Order: sequence, then C-alpha cells, then structure tokens
Amino acid sequence: MEFKLETFLFFFLAVSSIISAIMMITRKSPISSALFLILNFFTVSGLYLLLKAQFIAVIQVLVYMGAIMVLFLFVIMLLNLQDKSKFKEKYSYKKITSLLLSILLFCILSFTLYFGFTGKFKAMSDAAGDLGKAETLGAELFTAFSFPFELASFLLLAAIVGAVVLAKKKFN
Amino acid sequence: MIDINYYLLTSAVLFSIGVAGVLIRRNAIVIFMCIELMLNSINLTLVAFSAFLGSISGQIFVFIVMTVAAAEAAVGLAIVIALFRNKESVNIDEINILKW
Repeated sequence: MEFKLETFLFFFLAVSSIISAIMMITRKSPISSALFLILNFFTVSGLYLLLKAQFIAVIQVLVYMGAIMVLFLFVIMLLNLQDKSKFKEKYSYKKITSLLLSILLFCILSFTLYFGFTGKFKAMSDAAGDLGKAETLGAELFTAFSFPFELASFLLLAAIVGAVVLAKKKFN
Repeated sequence: MIDINYYLLTSAVLFSIGVAGVLIRRNAIVIFMCIELMLNSINLTLVAFSAFLGSISGQIFVFIVMTVAAAEAAVGLAIVIALFRNKESVNIDEINILKW
C-alpha cells in the first residue's frame, strides 16, 4: 500500500478524536474534560475538511469551540466545583453495566453500518468539492431551506429568553 | 480514497463514548458535554453522507443540529446554575427532586 497523505491524515485525526473523547469522559476535573472536548471538536473539524466541507469545518471551530465551549468553561469556573461525589469506589456495578451497555450499542451500530454501507459508495461524489463552499450552502439556505432557517432563528430566540429567565429566577 | 465506512465507524465510536459518558459520569456539566459529543458525532455522519451522496441536505441538517446544540447548551447551563444556587451541587445523585 503506497503512502497517501489523505489516509495518514484520516487515521491520525480519527485516532486522536477517539483518544481525546475517552480522555474527556475519564478525567476527574470538569475543566480538563472541557479542554479534551475542545481537542475532540478540533480533530472532528479536520475530518470535515477531509470530507471537503470547508464551511462546516469553519463554523465548527467558531460555534462549538468559540461559543459553546467558552460557555461551558465559564460556567465551570463560575460554580467552582469540588468533587464531593458519594461514589468513591472506582468500579461499581453501575459503571460496569453502563460500560457494557455502551459497548453493546457500539456493536449494534457497527454491525448495521458494516452490513448497510459496505461497497455502496465507490468514491466521494464529484460534486462534493462544490458542496462545502459557503456560496452553495448560503444559496440553498436562503431558497429551498428558508423555512427551517427561520425556525432555527426562532429556536435561538426562545433559548435566549429561556436562559435569561432560568438564570434570573430564584425558585424554591 | 477513504471508504465511507471508516468515517461512519469513527462516528459510531464517538457516539458510544458519549453514551458511556452520560451513563457513567455524575457531574451534570460533564453529562452536557457528553451530549455535545454525541451531537457532534452525528454531524460527522451527516457530513460524510452529504459528501458521498453529492447532496447538500446533509450539511443543511448539520446547521440545524448546531443550532439545537447551542440552544441546548444555553438553556442547560442556565438550569445547572439555577440548580447549583438551590442545592449547592451539580451531582445528579443529589438532584432528585422530581423522583418520588
């Protein structure tokens, strides 16, 4: 098998995204979890670039890493959490059962993917290079998909109002 | 040329790790982060199908999913702050006021 940059990049990004996701769920401190999640988002945005979705990769960096993760880090630092968890034991039945359940879920997913899509697609579509451009996406977003676009803006408005009301009110 | 199966497999691994995180972790903020991880892995699936099918719909859907993720993060973190103000904790084993 000859050396190809794309293959190398794909395996590098995929493996580092999986490692950072595992690190994220195993770290004790929420801050390091958040930082590993940022690393994971970064590698996934690299995978978007390999799939020729440039605009999605850019807004992944801007929206997920720039906005959402800053919000998370802000809240974690605001609350000043200490780990006072009652479950001190490292391996409880609960944890082992949840681990087995997620492994089962992974087996089901990979089984379905393997038998569903092997050999269905020979190569990436020729149109893929144009699809990821902001121009194409914007044209579609404002013509064929204008109603979902407006709904999304309405959803964001509702989220802003809800967040303000929830964070302000003192309910008892 | 990388087959679509590899992208889908990566996405499945990330989704399963997210599910494991939601089930294992007890910290409400980390659970929210795991939900973000799951949404992100679904985005990867959608973009992969969009590129291999040559259709733009998948990338439009990623937009909508990102909007939902942003809205969910804002409202969820507001709920976490309100809970912390009342309970002095974000451990979901101690937040069981809806449980009877």
